[in-house]
Amino acid sequence: MPEITRDEVAHLATLARIDLDDAELDHLAPQLSVILESVASISGVAGDDVPPTSHALPLTNVFRDDVVVPGLTPEQALSGAPRAEQQRFAVPRILGDEQ
Amino acid sequence: MSADLTRRTAAELADDLASGATTSVALTQAHLDRIAAVDGAVHAFLHVDAEGALAQAAASDERRAEGATRSALDGVPIAVKDVLATEGLPTTCGSKILEGWLPPYDATVVAKVKAAGLPILGKTNMDEFAMGSSTEHSAYGATHNPWDLDRIPGGSGGGSAAAVAAFEAPLALGTDTGGSIRQPGAVTGTVGVKPTYGGVSRYGLVALANSLDQVGPVTRTVLDSALLHELIGGHDPRDSTSVDQPLPSLVEAARRGATGDLSGVRIGVVKELAGEGWQPGVMARFTEAVDLMVGAGAEVVEVSCPTFVHALATYYLILPAEASSNLAKFDAMRYGLRVLPEGVASPSAEEVMRATRDAGFGDEVKRRIILGTYALSSGYYDAYYGQAQKVRTLITRDFDAAFAQADVLVSPTAPTTAFKLGEKLDDPLAMYLNDLATIPANLAGVPGISVPSGLADEDGLPAGLQVLAPALADDRVYRVGAAAETLLTSTWGGSLLDRAPDLSTGSEGPR
Repeated sequence: MPEITRDEVAHLATLARIDLDDAELDHLAPQLSVILESVASISGVAGDDVPPTSHALPLTNVFRDDVVVPGLTPEQALSGAPRAEQQRFAVPRILGDEQ
Repeated sequence: MSADLTRRTAAELADDLASGATTSVALTQAHLDRIAAVDGAVHAFLHVDAEGALAQAAASDERRAEGATRSALDGVPIAVKDVLATEGLPTTCGSKILEGWLPPYDATVVAKVKAAGLPILGKTNMDEFAMGSSTEHSAYGATHNPWDLDRIPGGSGGGSAAAVAAFEAPLALGTDTGGSIRQPGAVTGTVGVKPTYGGVSRYGLVALANSLDQVGPVTRTVLDSALLHELIGGHDPRDSTSVDQPLPSLVEAARRGATGDLSGVRIGVVKELAGEGWQPGVMARFTEAVDLMVGAGAEVVEVSCPTFVHALATYYLILPAEASSNLAKFDAMRYGLRVLPEGVASPSAEEVMRATRDAGFGDEVKRRIILGTYALSSGYYDAYYGQAQKVRTLITRDFDAAFAQADVLVSPTAPTTAFKLGEKLDDPLAMYLNDLATIPANLAGVPGISVPSGLADEDGLPAGLQVLAPALADDRVYRVGAAAETLLTSTWGGSLLDRAPDLSTGSEGPR
C-alpha cells in the first residue's frame, strides 16, 4: 500500500487550501500513513459487479412547486461576513500581479 | 424543589405543567440554576441563553393560562447541539473558524422545537464539526463525563449527552454521523436515538457528511426520546433528502415496549460486533440484557454481517471525502474567521483562505480534510472512494439479510466504557475504534437507539445496549429499547443515573 509522504501531504494541503507549517507536516504525515494503511484493507472486498451506494435511501428527482417564498434579506445574508461593502461581500484581491 | 425538578423526566415535567404543579419559568430556572452549579465542572454548554430561555418559558406559561399550548412538551426546556443553526444564538460547531457566528436563520428542527414551545437553554459542546468520539476536539475545551470528571463523555455530541446526564437539561438535540448520539449515550448512561436517514430534517445542520448525518433526540428515558423524535421528525421540503412519508407512532411504540413484553419479537445478535477489543464488563452487561429480553418472550438468533468488519475503513474514506468537500465553504469570505497571512503586504484571496483555514481548523479537522482530499484525488478515487461506496452496498445487503432473520439487531453500543481524557487524543486510529458498532447503521441509513445496559464491573462506568431496526421502522427501536429499559431498571431498582456522583456537592453518590 502506498505510504503517504511528507511532500504529498504538503501538496494535498495546498489543494485543500490549508497552510501547514513544518511542525504540522511532521506531525500529520505519519498519522495519515497509519490511517491510510488501515483503510486500505477494503481494497478487493467488493467485486466489479457491486454497484456503488452514494446515499442510504436513494431518492431521485425531488421536485417541489415553484413558489416564491421569502429568503434572507441582504443585511441578514451579509451579517456574518468578515467584511462587507455596498451590500456585497468584500474580499481580498483575487488576481495576482502577473494577471 | 429546584433539585427535584431537574431530576424529573421530560414526560413527567409535561404532566407537572399540565396539572399546574409547576410552571415553565420555575422549571427553566431550576435547570439554569443546575447549569450554574455544575457546568463549571462538566462544561457541557458552549453558550447558555438564560434570558432567552426564561422569556420563552414565560410565554409558554401565558399560553397555558389561555389554554393554548402548542405541544405536549410546551414549556419543557431543551439544549441544542452547537452544530444546529439557531437564529441570533452563537453557533460555532466547536470550531474557532465560526467563533461568534450568529446564524440568520433557524435549522428546521430548531424552528420546530421553538414552534412547539420548548425554551432553548443553550448550545452544547461537541468535537469540532462533529469529528471525534470524545469532545476533546472541541476548540473550546473538552466536556467532562458526569460519572467521572476525568473521563470523556463520548463524542461528538458529548455536550448534549453530559447535559442530560448531569440533569442540566431534560432533553437535548444531537446529531449522529457515525455514532455521535449513541456512543455518548452509552458512556454517560443516557438514551440517544439516530433516526432513519432522512427521517428528520437536516436543513440548518452544518453538514459533516451529508449522506451519513442525522439529527436525533438525546434524553434520559426512551419515552422522552420518542416524544422529542415525534416533534422534530417528518418531511421537510427544504431538505431534498427528507423522506416524504409519515413517521410511525413512536410514543405508542415506547409505551408498548415499557410493558416489558417482547413476545414474538425476533432479536438478532450480530456475531461480528463482539470479540477481541471488547471490554469484558461491557459484554457482560450486554449478555445480561439479552437474557432479560429472552425472559420477556423475545426469540434470539445469531446473525452474521460479514462485511461489518470493513465498516470502519469504509466510513473513514466516505466521511473525509464528503467532509473535505463540505468544509470547503469555510473560505474566509462570507462568514466566520478571516486571518491575514503574516508578512504579506497585499495578500490574495487564496493566501487569506489558506491562512484562515490553518488558524481556524483544529488538528482532527485538518487530518480528515487532507485524507478526504487524498481519497478524492484522481488516480486514487477508484481505489479508495469508489471502493468504499461499493463496500457500502455490501454492508446494506448484510443488513437486509440480517433483517430477514430478525426484527431488530442488538450489540453493545461501544466496545468500552469512557476512557480518560487525553488517553487517545493523539492516536486517531484508537479514537476511531469507539464507533465500530455504531457506524454500520449510518452507512446503511437504518435507525438505532442506545439505552443504558448497566455498569461495567472493572470500572463501575456505564455501558450501552444498541438496538437497530430496518429503515423507516424506527418504532421497533423504541419498542425494544423501552422494553430493555423497563426490564433493566426493574433489576436495578431505579434509573442507572441515580448511581452517578452528585456533582453539586462534589461527593460520590450511592453505588
